[in-house]
Amino acid sequence: MGRKAFCLWETWFSLPWSPSTLRPLLFLPLPGHHHSKEYREINPLKKLPSLKDGKFILSESVAILFYLCRKYSTPSHWYPPDLHTRARVDEFMAWQHTAIQLPMSKILWIKMLIPMITGEEVPAEKTEQMLVEAKNNMQLFEEKFLQDKMFITGDHISLADLVALVEMMQPMGSKYNVFLNSSKIAEWRMRVELAIGSGLFWEAHDRLMKLAEWDCSTLDPMVKEKICELLQKFK
Amino acid sequence: MGLELYLDLLSQPCRAVYIFAKKNGIPFELRPVELLKGQHHSDAFAQVNPLKKVPALKDGDFTLAESVAILLYLSRKYEVPDHWYPQDLQARARVDEYLAWQHTALRSSCTRAMWQKMMFPVFLGEQVPPETLASTLAELDRCLQLLEDKFLKDQDFVAGPHISVADLMAITELMHPVSAGCQVFKSRPKLAAWRQRVEAEVGKDLFQEAHAAVMKVKDLPPADPAIKEKLKPSVQGLLQ
Repeated sequence: MGRKAFCLWETWFSLPWSPSTLRPLLFLPLPGHHHSKEYREINPLKKLPSLKDGKFILSESVAILFYLCRKYSTPSHWYPPDLHTRARVDEFMAWQHTAIQLPMSKILWIKMLIPMITGEEVPAEKTEQMLVEAKNNMQLFEEKFLQDKMFITGDHISLADLVALVEMMQPMGSKYNVFLNSSKIAEWRMRVELAIGSGLFWEAHDRLMKLAEWDCSTLDPMVKEKICELLQKFK
Repeated sequence: MGLELYLDLLSQPCRAVYIFAKKNGIPFELRPVELLKGQHHSDAFAQVNPLKKVPALKDGDFTLAESVAILLYLSRKYEVPDHWYPQDLQARARVDEYLAWQHTALRSSCTRAMWQKMMFPVFLGEQVPPETLASTLAELDRCLQLLEDKFLKDQDFVAGPHISVADLMAITELMHPVSAGCQVFKSRPKLAAWRQRVEAEVGKDLFQEAHAAVMKVKDLPPADPAIKEKLKPSVQGLLQ
């Protein structure tokens, strides 16, 4: 079974760990590596994931997923050819950048990474504000995108479900479970996991789930400084 | 009822959709949604787009939100010339890459720059701390540099040698801070040259028509208190 890209957060910084494994494409496992000069030649945006296919370099998980679907002629349910169905996938893939990816990523940073790295908590008011935003967007996701269907496009899993789920899994790295609020979403989550295959799903999320064990003393001091600056923005 | 496009040309992505539809001779009914009057929050509009944003599309019973999705839908349905969203694998990937990146990069900084420099002080009568504006303009500058270095590079257009939907999204974004008096193209000859090329491809008349409303925003009288109350909650986030 071909492996799919799992994208991690893309807010102000990317973190050194990414569960993305792309065969036959490049995989960078080393902490802090994506800030290195060598990686910048691959991706000047200094972000993950990145794809390198011969001389062709591509960033942005959504673009990478579309590219892989087309190049490897993956089963059509991933990105259905029907005009309206495809438009639904495009619509979700566009909306999720700011509505899901950003808030979920913020939860991880605010609840765990910033306190872990800087030793300081983000003010409770800001944390609360952000959790409310994430909750509201989850509600929109349920009411507009999922509705009463099995998956976002209907009866079959598509790229939209894949992206939605990996983004919503982000806060799990800080032991915050966004799936507890809605049984509909919890059931959808299980369906997506099963459609992917639980083995692959949890393999891809292994590093995220072990995030609390990360020894952040190995973090590049320059990166640490930037994260401290980030904390100031929340005060 | 044929194709309906729900637009407010004050919005960057609305301008991109408008230009694209007009340029390709796609017949549509324009359904104006006035953002400054809070019309996007109406119950009627929520039937078209429960996400309460513009642009939105209604094609018979089919409704669609998100400018990127709308542009791709129109490209496919109306079989527009290939260069707008090329079939070629790598050329298409370049367009997709730009369309994905811009959501949290250029869109964010252009909207903030325009609102902080113009809309808050002039329209809403609210002062923006100079450090906030300075930080926003620095972020805008950073995005413009990325646009030049990572996307445009030595090409004629954002995703390659031909104009695509990526260029429409980009140019309409940059016109936002321009409308607020930011000299986006002044010290950036590469971007200025690209702008000329895009305007020429789109057609000067259509380009100006699409931007007429936003270029006049600086002359708007201050909002009346009722409007201010209505708008303030939803735009507070743009002060960061």
